[in-house]
Amino acid sequence: MSENKAFTLDAKPIEFQDGDTIMDAALRAGAYIPHLCHNPEFEPHGSCRVCVVGVNGRRVSACTQPATEGLEVENNSEAIKQERRALLQMLFVEGNHVCPGCEKSGACQLQAVAYYVGMLDPHFTHFFPRRLVDASHAEVAIDFNRCILCELCVRASCDVDKKNVFSISGRGIGSHLVINSPSGKLGDSDFSVNDKAAQVCPVGAILHKHTGYDRPIGERLYDRQPISVVGDVAEHEGKDHG
Amino acid sequence: MAEKIRLATASLAGCFGCHMSLLDIDERFLELVELVEFDRSPFTDIKTIGECDLGIIEGGVANEENVEVLREFRKHCKVLVAMGACAINGGIPAMRNQFELRECLEESYIDGVGVVNPHIPDDPEIPMLLNKVHPIYEVVKVDYFLPGCPPSADAIWTFLTELLAGEPISFPYTQIHYD
Repeated sequence: MSENKAFTLDAKPIEFQDGDTIMDAALRAGAYIPHLCHNPEFEPHGSCRVCVVGVNGRRVSACTQPATEGLEVENNSEAIKQERRALLQMLFVEGNHVCPGCEKSGACQLQAVAYYVGMLDPHFTHFFPRRLVDASHAEVAIDFNRCILCELCVRASCDVDKKNVFSISGRGIGSHLVINSPSGKLGDSDFSVNDKAAQVCPVGAILHKHTGYDRPIGERLYDRQPISVVGDVAEHEGKDHG
Repeated sequence: MAEKIRLATASLAGCFGCHMSLLDIDERFLELVELVEFDRSPFTDIKTIGECDLGIIEGGVANEENVEVLREFRKHCKVLVAMGACAINGGIPAMRNQFELRECLEESYIDGVGVVNPHIPDDPEIPMLLNKVHPIYEVVKVDYFLPGCPPSADAIWTFLTELLAGEPISFPYTQIHYD
């Protein structure tokens, strides 16, 4: 019998198993580390950096950093919170996130994490990029204005659906989501509303048609309680869309 | 009795929804006017701003008049507040920023459905539109941000009472939302 191994998260002991990342162990223990591109059903991606934590004076992403015995992990300090806020602000100004005009509002993970870290303003200069909406598919619309490049749809379509409908094209600030179909349109791909990739978008980029605004304000996912209590959008997606 | 706080408010490229939400504090307005004296504001219809302790701006910056009013507010207000989504990130009016201004004007006044006598308005009385709609912090320094579309009356009341009492501003979870 081996002793349970543990590290500390804000001085609270968290047990972990071999092969766990900091995020895996924290999720199992019910301790919240804010995240956007991470979904425990998929390989960690480490791209949004929102799960940044302090370990031995360094900044690492909790979703990719292996848990090791005796680590002291700083998660909820004001310094880390400020860095997460800046990351969120950069995500907001990089796309076109018009919450009052978005049907995902109230059940959006980007918004909920921003509330959690206390973001009151976007701080940086807005890019206002020109992006399109693809409504060519009968059941699902894609609004590229809201994509945060978390690649959850890319991973879900490739790893689970075995369809490879989505890819990221371009580099650096030019990176953008593309559809792998002859016309580049979702309607010309073999994407289905029942695909895993249709259930994992943390923002309002992949939207199920015919369900918009079906929950009144005050009863939406994050209207009453923070994401640290409610959990991720993807955990609720199946229930919301039957 | 201490002198009243002088408060000015304005709506730039907004819909007056934030001002309506401020009115939504209902009978608490009577408490508010015990604490503040309204200077320039749609509530007083005073057109020029005097020296104020607090300025509250609704709406983003979409035309040259907005720039002028905003700069006047910054000059005359010790504390300036961005109230609502449009002041904070441009909001719905900033959705035109993805397009060229000319494209927007042509869609509205030349090529739009049902347009008669197609002509882009050019009366010198009409303020010139800016190429883009800007959040107010891209033009002047802003001291506080009060998000929401609009911020609820309760959020506005929390903000005002805490600010006027000289306390740190903190909101219950349900009072902060971007929509």
